[in-house]
Amino acid sequence: MIWNESKECMSRDELMNLQSKRLVKTVDRVYHNVEYYRKKMQNVGIEPGDIRGIEDIHKLPYTTKDDLRDTYPFGLFATPMSEIVRVHASSGTTGKATVVGYTRRDIDIWAECVARAMTMAGVGRGDVVQVAYGYGLFTGGLGAHYGAEHLGATVVPQSTGNTKKLITMMIDFGVTAIACTPSYLLHIAETLENENLLGQIKLKSAVCGAEPWTEAMRLQIEDRLKIKAHDIYGLSEIMGPGVACDCEFHQGLHIAEDHFYPEIIDPETLEPLDAHQPGELVFTTLTKEGLPLLRYRTKDLTSISYDKCECGRTSARISRFKGRSDDMLIIRGVNVFPSQIEAALLEMSGTTPHYMMIVDRVNNLDTLEVQVEVEERFFSDEIRELENLTKQIARTIQMAIGLAVKVKLVEPKTLERFEGKSKHVIDNRKFL
Amino acid sequence: MKQLSVFLENREGRLEEALRILKEKNINIISMSVADTAEYGMLRLIVNDVEAGREALLNDGFSAHLSDVIAVRLPHVVGSLHDALSALSRAGINVEYLYALCTKTDEAAIVIKPSDREGAAKALTEAGFKFFTDGDLF
Repeated sequence: MIWNESKECMSRDELMNLQSKRLVKTVDRVYHNVEYYRKKMQNVGIEPGDIRGIEDIHKLPYTTKDDLRDTYPFGLFATPMSEIVRVHASSGTTGKATVVGYTRRDIDIWAECVARAMTMAGVGRGDVVQVAYGYGLFTGGLGAHYGAEHLGATVVPQSTGNTKKLITMMIDFGVTAIACTPSYLLHIAETLENENLLGQIKLKSAVCGAEPWTEAMRLQIEDRLKIKAHDIYGLSEIMGPGVACDCEFHQGLHIAEDHFYPEIIDPETLEPLDAHQPGELVFTTLTKEGLPLLRYRTKDLTSISYDKCECGRTSARISRFKGRSDDMLIIRGVNVFPSQIEAALLEMSGTTPHYMMIVDRVNNLDTLEVQVEVEERFFSDEIRELENLTKQIARTIQMAIGLAVKVKLVEPKTLERFEGKSKHVIDNRKFL
Repeated sequence: MKQLSVFLENREGRLEEALRILKEKNINIISMSVADTAEYGMLRLIVNDVEAGREALLNDGFSAHLSDVIAVRLPHVVGSLHDALSALSRAGINVEYLYALCTKTDEAAIVIKPSDREGAAKALTEAGFKFFTDGDLF
């Protein structure tokens, strides 16, 4: 099934025309409505008139998370706040959150994109969809929710946290599709197996995303739950989940290309790369009103294929992600930068002690342990004080990243040191 | 009295390593206690030369620290420890930790880390207790 055949299957020529028209409008709007972008464009000597079609896109400057940070919170919004009907926020590279805003039309288009994605996963009217992403500032919960409603499915806004309750409702409500992180779905599968409840569920498909996962993990989910599992991609800066999703052929993720124009660039030279060449994914929003972004560097590493897919869709497809060009980690669906941990430790103690983040996956759930060297100034001969210190560090970090962490004090000089740039992350999860 | 406190990760050989360093520096351990948690331990030592001990341990990468504690003389009679703690309790002073101190005299002794050192010394003195200082032990 294809949700919007006229858009998802349009010829490449028609699509390029549409993209060109929309790009010209977007550039014109940001130039006139967003001072920051106007200056950015003036700095490289570009005026809206220089962008006559999609082929001119490479003339435009890139946007990064730093631009969003510098204009925190609403500086890149291209409409008056009276037009913004919702904001979401995700982690920035340092203390400040990345804030994104949506007009009513943005919310509608987002729902449309998620509906396309869910249709790729075989979900439709008549399905009961359990949304087990976190609801709140994170785009996952509400994004999937509005998309599933737009589709006409029955939505169970489960959110995350209580797996037992989720399973009870999954069985009692006859849930047929679920949207959650792949690691959480494996955890659910494990619980169902342990409780001997697999026979009682009606689940047939899953739309999983918000964290990197492997094809092997996808197949494992399909096998253990006897369902179809699909990979949904998105990022709040561009929209949220639904920017791309894989169809039943699982040959890469179809981008909603009439709304988001993808490029692959070399993250070092910033030169655009050809199809099939691996590099950093860059998006330009083509229809966004609230927060239009030009050439936003996602830092996600992948490649693009423009070959026609067997499913009939003509949209470009991105391959499974091969990592990040920065040091961002995705832990239980939450974006975490080592710099945030560093800022939290700095805030607490004045200078940054040596620390190491150990990321692991236990029973299919991500865990984060932060090891901190006990330096002279932290020292106490009283266990109570050390435990208070541990709790205080954990609280400060948790407030900074919004994720529970385990803090472990270690002896000084036991954490590995590296020449020059020190390494602060050991990720024991296996993705690639 | 100064106590040498050492942070130890809960791994094989860490205690042994700390004690080896002290042995090599010819430092005599008079008394000790180890407080343990799931992940780390706190080694507390009364030694003949705390400064040298601390320096040796720091040089070998240990986190070592000097803390002020009080060493209370206790006569070998029933209830003397209780009487000492009772004096602290009446003065509203909390005991962070305590352990037995080995002495060359025929008195018993304890090392106490009170929540308020001066208040504890005063309360114990008023209750008739006497203290050991470093010189009395070595």
